[in-house]
Amino acid sequence: MATTETVVPTPALRRASKPSTQHQRFNTRAGRAFDVVNVVLLVAVGLLALLPFLYVLAGSFATELEITTRPFFLWPREFTTDSYASILSSEAFVRAFVTTIVVTLVGTLVQLALTALMAYPLSKVELPGRRTIMTVVVFTMVFSAGMIPTFLVVKQLGLLDSYWALILPMAINPFSLIIIKNFFQQLPQELEESAKIDGAHELQILRHVVVPLSKPVLATFALFYAVGIWNDYMSPLLYLNDQDMWTLQMFLRQVTASASMSAQDMGTDLPPPAQGIKFAVVIVATIPVLLAYPFLQKHFAKGMLIGSVKG
Amino acid sequence: MTAVVDVEQAGAPAPAAPPAPRRPHRRWARVVRFRWLLVMLLPGIAYFVLFRIWPMWGAQIAFKNYVPFLGIQGSEWVGWEHFADFFSNPDFPRLLGNTLILAALSLFVAFPLTIVLALLLNEVRLSVLKRTVQTLVYIPHFLSWTVVVSLTALLFAIGTGPLSSFLDGLTGTETNYLADPDWFRPLILLQTVWKSTGWGTIIFLAALASVDQEQYEAAVIDGAGRWQRTWHITLPAIRPTIIVMLILQTGEILNTGFEQIYLMSNALNRTVADVFDTYVYFTGIQQGAYSYSTAVGLSKAIVGLVLIFGTNWLAKRFNQQGIF
Repeated sequence: MATTETVVPTPALRRASKPSTQHQRFNTRAGRAFDVVNVVLLVAVGLLALLPFLYVLAGSFATELEITTRPFFLWPREFTTDSYASILSSEAFVRAFVTTIVVTLVGTLVQLALTALMAYPLSKVELPGRRTIMTVVVFTMVFSAGMIPTFLVVKQLGLLDSYWALILPMAINPFSLIIIKNFFQQLPQELEESAKIDGAHELQILRHVVVPLSKPVLATFALFYAVGIWNDYMSPLLYLNDQDMWTLQMFLRQVTASASMSAQDMGTDLPPPAQGIKFAVVIVATIPVLLAYPFLQKHFAKGMLIGSVKG
Repeated sequence: MTAVVDVEQAGAPAPAAPPAPRRPHRRWARVVRFRWLLVMLLPGIAYFVLFRIWPMWGAQIAFKNYVPFLGIQGSEWVGWEHFADFFSNPDFPRLLGNTLILAALSLFVAFPLTIVLALLLNEVRLSVLKRTVQTLVYIPHFLSWTVVVSLTALLFAIGTGPLSSFLDGLTGTETNYLADPDWFRPLILLQTVWKSTGWGTIIFLAALASVDQEQYEAAVIDGAGRWQRTWHITLPAIRPTIIVMLILQTGEILNTGFEQIYLMSNALNRTVADVFDTYVYFTGIQQGAYSYSTAVGLSKAIVGLVLIFGTNWLAKRFNQQGIF
């Protein structure tokens, strides 16, 4: 149990968002010099986090010639959408892209629903068997049977070459479960009690009282689950043999890893990948995550910390 | 409230009843009272049993000669044979070495860098700037390993990539950085630092925010400089957090991260790229040696468990807070 409380930041971070008054005392010359260096350094670090991506973005709109002759640029000299046109004309790419979107949406919904459904009963301190279940959950966090036994279970359940194999084996993340449970636990009990007096069923209470109150936390873990499925490479590698079922990450890997393979070898119907195509596929595989990020970013710091209140 | 419901559901036990026989009765009353919540728990329990516990039961094939046709139960016991095979395999020292070197790089380079970045961010006065930098450095955490490895491939493309042409210019020779075994570890470290340093600061920034501000004021009055304040106040204050993260990191020593290593390894850099995680995949999934690879995976998991409890024990011996 103690694991969770320590892994997660303390609620003190909420204070961190307020402007710190501590620094007003550092107005010496050396202090100011340090500040300038520090700011420059951090801006550089921030840019470094983004620069590789910006280069690839620029490259995806550049001509083949420009990519191979100019070592580094953030703005193409000659703007072209050829790379995108060529991947969009690939049936294998479009299939992988649509598949990944559907699997991610369905998977996130299933995983979040299963997690919330389990977290809610566990948030009731008096629930019989609660301690036993929590012990098992924590045990699975520190010890897992490993790749092969899990693979054999998935195989035995007949999930090989099924998209459920990308969703179900990771349906409930123990860490997320515990944080959501802790969050539910510190919601005011009065609301649930009064709903109960009004004759609401437990499932109704969860849907109409608990879930609306927990939106930031649930949004945070929806993001984590969605990113987890979208980014997953190991599950499709292990569980999907059929190339027609490939997800976007598999496709991306195949395109960027192959320097000189023919279209058949690659399992795609693209011409042997010119550099520009690689750039475009990387961008397409990244953009959805980056688009979701700002919407949920304001939630996740808050969500992570609220949920971590000791319970 | 509790009492009322109990009495209603349990058929009103006599108040004078002796305490001993009442207990199972009460427990049953609780089950009845929570019956719908217990029903809600079932899908979750089913998940943990199917995908977390059942594999643990299946891990017994490490001690058997698993034949898919015979099933787990029907396969013949062979004891520690697969473990003995693994530890006496000439691959073993190489795998162990590769794994430990990568773990050491992450522990001694990436981990301290996270703390340094958190300390630097903590010193920023302008909260807008601080938040912007934080937002930027968190982003790589959300990119997949496939994307990170692809970015690496593009940045280090032979002769044409920005970083490869820059490095070629320095050395004067054209190198295939992605295939060169000497470059494997630096590239892995670079990727790890780029992807996880920013995200790793979250927990340290939280710890830093809870440091008692009055100590700094007192230190300023005593004439302590910035460096002294950091060394004597900030670092001791976040020491528990550092130790906890260190313990968790130690438990991960043998987990090099399958996806990153698998995606970065190729026919030319195998000698340095093979680690336990990828070895399990190659021997188990690709060659079908299920029992042997399960034994490898199991050894790894147990060493990880011992390490995490070991460091925790050590931390407690030295009067630090552990995690258990």
